[in-house]
Amino acid sequence: MRVFTTLLWYLLLICGATLMLLPFAWMILTSLQPAATTLTMPTNWLPRTLQWVNYQHVWQLAPFTRYWLNSLLVTTTTTLGQLFSSLLAAFAFTHLQFYGRRFLFGLLVALMLVPGELLLIPNFVTIAQLHWVNTYAALIIPWLASVFMVVTLHQAFQSQPRSLYYAAHIDGASDWQYLWHILVPTNRPIITAVAVLQVIASWNAFMWPLIMTNSDQLRTLPVGLMAFTSEQGTNYPLLMAASVCVILPLLILYLCLQKYLMLGITQSRWKGSTQ
Amino acid sequence: MLNAKPTLKSTLKALLYLAPLLIITLLFTVWPLIHALLMSSYVRYNYFTNHVGALGWDNFVYLWHDPLFHLALRNTLWLVLVAMPVTVALALLIALGLNHIPRLARFFQTIYFLPFVTATIATGLVWNWIFRLDGGLLNVSLHHLGIAPIDWLNDPHVALLALIVVCVWQGLGFNVVLFLAGLNRIDDKYARVAQLDGANAWQRFTNVTWPLLLPMTVLIVINTAVTNFKVFDQAFALFHGAAGPGNAALTLMFYLYQKFYVDNQFTVAAASGVVLFCLVGLLTLLTYGYFRWQRRRLGGRS
Repeated sequence: MRVFTTLLWYLLLICGATLMLLPFAWMILTSLQPAATTLTMPTNWLPRTLQWVNYQHVWQLAPFTRYWLNSLLVTTTTTLGQLFSSLLAAFAFTHLQFYGRRFLFGLLVALMLVPGELLLIPNFVTIAQLHWVNTYAALIIPWLASVFMVVTLHQAFQSQPRSLYYAAHIDGASDWQYLWHILVPTNRPIITAVAVLQVIASWNAFMWPLIMTNSDQLRTLPVGLMAFTSEQGTNYPLLMAASVCVILPLLILYLCLQKYLMLGITQSRWKGSTQ
Repeated sequence: MLNAKPTLKSTLKALLYLAPLLIITLLFTVWPLIHALLMSSYVRYNYFTNHVGALGWDNFVYLWHDPLFHLALRNTLWLVLVAMPVTVALALLIALGLNHIPRLARFFQTIYFLPFVTATIATGLVWNWIFRLDGGLLNVSLHHLGIAPIDWLNDPHVALLALIVVCVWQGLGFNVVLFLAGLNRIDDKYARVAQLDGANAWQRFTNVTWPLLLPMTVLIVINTAVTNFKVFDQAFALFHGAAGPGNAALTLMFYLYQKFYVDNQFTVAAASGVVLFCLVGLLTLLTYGYFRWQRRRLGGRS
């Protein structure tokens, strides 16, 4: 009986996993089909000869190098910036005494409930008044702080024994030194976790960069991919090759840092703000 | 420094530490929040000169009478009402399965979680290709099964269903991870005691696992509903930038985007954002209240 139920679970999970993987498999298979055959019925689902040349065409037809570099720049700077501002703030909320500490923290937690989509239009007006539309500043600066990250880090910092802080002080460490030499190294897993979550959110962000940019020079990968789609229409082998280029870096990152990602999701209890 | 009482000096120091966060948050979260609420009441607003004609309810009245907004609201509610329960139920089923086979759980979890990591725009494009009438994978498979092809992307009756499929596929992995975390937190001994008492697997689930899992379920239900309320990227990629045939996949976020970015009706868009915000808030409160009531009821029985 027990063997039977286990077998049943396996069957179910394998079927599910196949359905989950199918779109990815289809994406890769199509990206290697010759461009002409796909709009007629694909009688052969496996391409006879692998058309790696599709990938070459994609990079020739649209400035994907530029998109790629833009995404890399925006993802790196927003993640590092968020880490910096959040580490400082989380430390202040954990170890420093100041007037209005509870009130301020409560306010920040309440702000997490506000959907970012509501802020889209007024933020666009602000960005326009600052003359930042179509600049890197618009893509980066509003995302240099994350309340979600502060709250998650604060939770982690609080679980650390306070005696560590006092001991460091007796040994003559300043607050600044304590933060960077003790708090950050000892909390590396959760810091990596929130960073990975931010990298994913930033790399895949679509609506914000779509609205804030209107030239090829500043497009990030997802926006560039949609622009490429409106040019290529239904040339699926090329679209799929471009899609593979967009998702591949994060796929690799995910397979390497999966452990931290799971930690980030289960520890934080709050989904990161979607950009 | 080490004293417990805040002083002016320690407050000043803390403010220095908080400065980067506070400046960005004030400028790009707090101010726009106020601004959004204000904007939704602007009448005859000129965005270029920042001139406000008057304040009033006109934008909400506009939404009240706009058939497109009604359609967006209806589509979004259908999306939430179908996609949310399906996602949660499937995620629970998969998590229970993974909990049953600890050896390969990690491997399967990696697969189920993939759509969370990959760009929605890219996966949305694949689904567009899968759903296509001529040569799409789904219709070719249906053809082999002897079922007439369905025009998923151009038939207004099924387009929303296609979008729901994509949303469920994408939201599953995140919830599986949360459910697994919830299941791992439940001590084995309760189930074992129940087994000694002669409870079968289904009884163990309904009387032990389900009530203990309830807090996590609340979180997942709220989170999934909120996510589905704000669907935009999936629809945008699935229908190549349109809101589906005859606006069949026009979600509230898509409506907001169109009013804002295409029609340049900033204040109407802001008002629709406020409506979305209120709906999400109301739903969160309702779900939370319901599960609290459930927990008290279940708690009272034991």
